[in-house]
Amino acid sequence: MEKIKREAVNSIAQRKRNNCLGEFRRNKVLYLMTLPAIILVFIFSYIPMFGIVMAFKDNKSAAGYFSGNWVGFQNFEFFFRSNDAARITFNTIFLNALFIISVLVVSLSLALLLNELSKRWLVKTYQSVMFFPHFLSWVIIGFLTFAFLSVDNGFINKILIALGREPVYWYSNPNYWPFILTIVNLLKNAGYYCIIYYAGITGIDQDLYEAASIDGASRFRRMISITIPSIMPLISVMVLLQIGKIFYADFGLFYYVPRETGVLFPRTDVIDTYAFRALRVLGNTGMSAAIGLFQSFVGFVLVLVSNLITKKINSDNALF
Amino acid sequence: MKQKYTSKKKSLFFNITVNILFIVICFCCIVPLLLVFSISITPEKLIAQNGYQLIPQQISFYAYTYIFKNSFSIWHSYGVTIFVTAVGTLIGLSLTSLIAYPLSRKDVKYRNYISMYLFFTMLFNGGLVPTYILITKYLHLKNNIWVLILPMLVGPWNVMLMRNFFKTGVPSAIIESAKIDGAGEFQTFLKIVVPISKPAFATVGLFVILAYWNDWWLALLYIDEQSLMPLQYTLQSILLNIQILMSNINSQTHQVTEIPSESARMALCMLAVGPIVLVYPFLQKYIVKGMTVGAVKG
Repeated sequence: MEKIKREAVNSIAQRKRNNCLGEFRRNKVLYLMTLPAIILVFIFSYIPMFGIVMAFKDNKSAAGYFSGNWVGFQNFEFFFRSNDAARITFNTIFLNALFIISVLVVSLSLALLLNELSKRWLVKTYQSVMFFPHFLSWVIIGFLTFAFLSVDNGFINKILIALGREPVYWYSNPNYWPFILTIVNLLKNAGYYCIIYYAGITGIDQDLYEAASIDGASRFRRMISITIPSIMPLISVMVLLQIGKIFYADFGLFYYVPRETGVLFPRTDVIDTYAFRALRVLGNTGMSAAIGLFQSFVGFVLVLVSNLITKKINSDNALF
Repeated sequence: MKQKYTSKKKSLFFNITVNILFIVICFCCIVPLLLVFSISITPEKLIAQNGYQLIPQQISFYAYTYIFKNSFSIWHSYGVTIFVTAVGTLIGLSLTSLIAYPLSRKDVKYRNYISMYLFFTMLFNGGLVPTYILITKYLHLKNNIWVLILPMLVGPWNVMLMRNFFKTGVPSAIIESAKIDGAGEFQTFLKIVVPISKPAFATVGLFVILAYWNDWWLALLYIDEQSLMPLQYTLQSILLNIQILMSNINSQTHQVTEIPSESARMALCMLAVGPIVLVYPFLQKYIVKGMTVGAVKG
């Protein structure tokens, strides 16, 4: 009895193994095709995950992941005890929140207005022009911003002087910068989201609009009662995706647009720029790794939570 | 009758207002670049007098001829960027399509596990320091041209985008018939799937080209040697430290005062943007289309 049972279990296990092997044998070429990319991703994305241990090590020389002594949470303590932790965490979340709201309002309004235009070629032209800044690197956008804000020669200061006003020292006063960064971020990203929202709007069933027109609904009324509810799932996904990334700052924006000016750090320094400086300028790998882990961990939790919420709203739109 | 007339008038008014609004916004989107262009063609003396102006009172291409005449390290940077972009795009596009195709096939049983494997890297990563140590201490790629290429070869987002293209654009009947004709999987991919997926390659290829052309991050971390600096990196050093422009000029004969530093700086910026400005009008429709497929159906 016992023997028969064991044999049965064995044969099931064997069949399972055969299934697995058979699958690989059947689609051998297809699996081989995936291999180079899998190996590259393993090297550049998975191996660094083992490096997380560096956050718990006293690692001044940084010879490798496992060199140095264990120091427990000392690196984290060092970071969180400093005044910087609260400031850069606040800046990251506050500025990202400003960006999410401003981009949503502007790009959605633009998409709604695009939808009111009847000439297709006009819509396409406007879309392409508004999308263009998205393809400029942050370095280039840093130059563009500088052309406007430079204290001696800047375009804006020249206008102010022509109007008989005092020139403004843009790169010396941190309080202007949340506003400036929001505008610059809009310039680069509003066109991108506008295209996504407009694509969503064009997918709406046109019969709905016709029926509403016959019922006497005004242009504005149709916008509020048909367009916005129809693309609400798309809006929520886009916003939740961004909230999931609220702990990550767009490094180039915060590094090149304020031109790494120390005076502006109180309002422009974010987690990513701080961790970069801790690594490259101070050479404090332990603390930089601790900040990175703090960011990755909180970021991961935020993505999971926002995905859970998306799933509740509309399971088709959840990421996984 | 009268009511219809006024509503038509109202609608016309609305249309004009919206169009004017869009023209203003579009103008705002390109005016920064126009300003930089204007500065680059303004004589240095006028910049010192009037500052940066949108419409130059006098046009001079001195800054450009100056850059052409004096051997700037910028030309070397151009070479580095072109090499990295060309090689990166070629290999990256090959690897991306090679993995995306099996993932689009329903008869590949473990495709979802592979997708998860790729997708997870978008959710969680080791962070800056572990990656930095990996590349500098284990792979020894610091100051090696391949460090500008390898880490960006396979982007999970691009793989997903291409997989969606294959899913919707390649009918499984074609693959079946190729199989019946005795074609191997790889042959089918190369001879049938690739040719009918040209739009997919155009779209993803563009994303990859732009990513390599615009990249400064990898150089910022891993390149110290002047001869390996890509265009964006050279530009960012000039942006952060204006003096660097002067030290980039190899010519000894010029007085410092003769260097058109203000206009030359902006001219360098224009030289980096130039190729993008030139190709954008022809390629934007692919990008818009690709993005819509990736984002809405993704």
